[in-house]
Amino acid sequence: MTNLTGFIMPDLGPVMPEIVMTCLALLILLSELVIKRKETIAFFSIVSVAIVTYLLAGSTGTTFNGMFIADGYSLFFKLIFMLNVILTVLISVKYIVIEKVNFGEYYSLILFSTLGMMLMASAGDLITLYLGLELMALSTYVLAGFLRHDIKSNEAAMKYFLLGSFASAFLLYGISMIYGLTGTTDLHAISSYISQKGLSGNPVLTLSMIMFAVAFSFKIAAVPFHMWAPDVYEGAPTSVTAFMSVGPKAAGFAVLGRVFLTAFGAARIEWTGILIPIAILTMAVGNIAAISQTNIKRMLAYSSIAHAGYILLGIIAGTSEGMASVLNYLFIYAFMNIGAFAVVIMLRSEGFKGDNISDYEGLAKTHPLAAALMLVFMFSLTGIPPTAGFMGKFYLFMSAVSAGYTWLAVTAVIFSAISAYFYLRIVMYMYMKEPKTAVQLSASPGIALALAITVIAVLLIGVFPSKVISVARIAAGF
Amino acid sequence: MEQTIMNNLGFPILSTLIFLPVAGAALLLLISRSNENLIKWFSLIVSIAAFIISIPLFAEFNKSTHLMQFTEKHAWIPSLNINYHLGIDGISVLFVLLSTLITILCVLISWNSIKAKTKEFYISILIMEGAMIGVFCSLDFMLFYLFWEAMLIPMYLLIGVWGGTNRIYAAVKFFLFTLVGSVLMLVGIIVLYYQAGGTFDILELTTKTYPYKLQLWLFWAFFAAFAVKVPMFPVHTWLPDAHTEAPTAGSVILAAVLIKMGAYGFIRFSLPLFPDASKAMTPAMLTLSVIAIIYGAVICLAQTDLKRLIAYSSVSHMGFVTLGIFALNLQGMEGGILQMINHGVVTGALFLSVGMIYDRTHTRQIADYGGVASVMPVYASIFMVFTLASIGLPATNGFIGEFLIILGGFKANQWAGVLAATGIIIGAGYMLWLYQRVFFMETNQKVAGLADINLREIITLLPMIILVFWIGVYPNAFLGFMHESVKHLLERVNSGGMHEAGIAKNILEIIK
Repeated sequence: MTNLTGFIMPDLGPVMPEIVMTCLALLILLSELVIKRKETIAFFSIVSVAIVTYLLAGSTGTTFNGMFIADGYSLFFKLIFMLNVILTVLISVKYIVIEKVNFGEYYSLILFSTLGMMLMASAGDLITLYLGLELMALSTYVLAGFLRHDIKSNEAAMKYFLLGSFASAFLLYGISMIYGLTGTTDLHAISSYISQKGLSGNPVLTLSMIMFAVAFSFKIAAVPFHMWAPDVYEGAPTSVTAFMSVGPKAAGFAVLGRVFLTAFGAARIEWTGILIPIAILTMAVGNIAAISQTNIKRMLAYSSIAHAGYILLGIIAGTSEGMASVLNYLFIYAFMNIGAFAVVIMLRSEGFKGDNISDYEGLAKTHPLAAALMLVFMFSLTGIPPTAGFMGKFYLFMSAVSAGYTWLAVTAVIFSAISAYFYLRIVMYMYMKEPKTAVQLSASPGIALALAITVIAVLLIGVFPSKVISVARIAAGF
Repeated sequence: MEQTIMNNLGFPILSTLIFLPVAGAALLLLISRSNENLIKWFSLIVSIAAFIISIPLFAEFNKSTHLMQFTEKHAWIPSLNINYHLGIDGISVLFVLLSTLITILCVLISWNSIKAKTKEFYISILIMEGAMIGVFCSLDFMLFYLFWEAMLIPMYLLIGVWGGTNRIYAAVKFFLFTLVGSVLMLVGIIVLYYQAGGTFDILELTTKTYPYKLQLWLFWAFFAAFAVKVPMFPVHTWLPDAHTEAPTAGSVILAAVLIKMGAYGFIRFSLPLFPDASKAMTPAMLTLSVIAIIYGAVICLAQTDLKRLIAYSSVSHMGFVTLGIFALNLQGMEGGILQMINHGVVTGALFLSVGMIYDRTHTRQIADYGGVASVMPVYASIFMVFTLASIGLPATNGFIGEFLIILGGFKANQWAGVLAATGIIIGAGYMLWLYQRVFFMETNQKVAGLADINLREIITLLPMIILVFWIGVYPNAFLGFMHESVKHLLERVNSGGMHEAGIAKNILEIIK
């Protein structure tokens, strides 16, 4: 397919899911004009995701001169993103009606944001990476501020936007420095340039890696770049919080893994020196600050910060085993975290916010099933077997030990034991206190389905983790 | 790779024992919560069925070998070489039986005393049973850890939901103490995995030798988990709170089975995995044991709360157990294992008994009792049996266990033996004094007119009375199970220790 100007049509096969996703997201955006029942739009977005998932299976390869890579690694992340969309849409349908923001744009924004994440996971070039990251971030900013009449939601969006732009600037700065140093933005080319010229230890390289670490730390909400998370998680609509706590975080890890392990693979010693303190701080601040929270969304925000700390262990390990454990953990994390948020959303009803931890008092008496589900998710987040959370953590710690970071694993398990305190506090409120206010649950078929999926996944993976672990290992390049 | 004797009963007995209660708990979910009678009967039937299924373990057990028996092995997570591997030997078999027995008693004792959230209660009890049996049967470290930690969830709920006034504090304290200990062990397990070349198989791990320095580190990592569970001094502080606040069934499970797991862990893992470190640490372990024996006993004298007193007596009794284990000779070890069973039976029975009278008076204060013997004569005589067994009177099971332990302790270190013996004297002091204050003296107004224990309660205590005398009069029925396994273990610990084991056997012959 050559024309007169010498333009060669790139192979569109690997990028087909993204192209279809773009078209479908645009269609859904337009359909808002003609479709009155927004539930239909929600349904369409799930169908779109199903189509894209179907296409994902058949599209592998590298295209656009290596700028776009569709491999096992990106495929695994994209599956997490698809899962994230489906679960988020399921828990959103009724919730956005209650919040009186039942607009079709909501769903197309979620799809656009996910499209950004997909680009990030497939980025073989820093430019693609940046494009994906911005698309994801901009859509999420809007979603965070979706409750237009709610001052907290506005604040969340504003904060997220300002700090997010700041992080993007860091990223650009890092990219420009690496470009100045190596003359390329292609990840593989950077990698071979660094190892050939023996640049490991070069101050500019180190500085640029610090810039990357800062920008990605912001996306995964790692300390000390986590300040936005509690406010944004609290202010944003709960369904969006659930979405944000999984999708952008996973996408952040996707690029973190890809850039640091591929492009900066030769300078591993330097960047582990940057990431180890970040990981320890993240686990410490996340787990300790969560203890004193009274709002469950803030608590889950700190919890999600802490989890980023654990996951960093897998990146620091710097091995395929480590990457496999990261993939495995993020997959499990998607279920347990969205599951927990689904219960939080159920407590929100007309005229009742239900996001205070004290609202959970005596839930086991008034709504035993909801309490039992929350119990499973809380124990899973703590990492107590036989839930999936344990398997995820176990594999992470294993990879850290195998890479020789036993002391880091010890630090992580200690913080993980501390985390038991605040997760158990929820269980304690639900099961060991008497109900004070009559809490009304706003259940819907969508939430019921989402909860069923998540709780079954959490228990099933907890007992039979073999399949997920072996797929993660293949995706990580075993 | 060590040989094992595959299960040839025609059905996977150990898996059935683990998952029958769990399946029962799952079925309970389907029963309407208003139908409390059905819930109770169903749980009772499940627990009795589990007990009946466990009987072949007692009858068909091959006592002439130290090899693992009734084993089952299936791939679980092949990519990490983790297997679903179950099996029991002479050390674990009795604990499996104890677990199935205790669960029946727990269901019976809770029959009328648990009124709120009945369904959740019995679900917790049954899941607990499955996890406990799983701990004793696992031959894969990962599987072991899974059951070990999974136990925390139902136990946390048992204490926190159905416990006494200070239950939340006790439940959280219990959970955090055990969790911190366990996660350190988890890292230890992972380190071991890589050290041994990628296996979690306990039989395989225990045949390898590890560098001394690593052994020391791992010994302490495992110590963190097991010492908290036992509980050894100075990490015992969760136990009085948890024991006291838990509902009767919870206290019984804690006393009879849960805290045994710590000592079991020392025997099953610490000793064979880190023989050199264990030997080097013997003085420290003996010291901690003796402190626990005497300290626990002295604290008992100062207690005003019935359950708290028995809880502290557990600290003292478990001190005997660890003393016996770390004496590292046949008498001490066998005495330690037997004493674990004894303590399970006796302290379990004491908690059951206290639960019965608590159901009537709703007070645990010793000062609120007095003269109960004249009001409840049957109850008083049964309680006397357990009191004497707890003291270690000859012809009761307590005597055999404590005697063997002190014998072993004396052999390992004379001072340890002598000091431990004083613990028995103080033990007699606080138990008899307790008995006197509760059952004799003037009849307290609060206990006047109480009904004596009924048939259900007598049936609950009957198996315990039988065991007290059975073990007390014919201990070989139980010691016989463990001879070979303990001998094999000591051979591993005292490398080249054939000689030692030989002497130990001779001395045991003399005792008999």
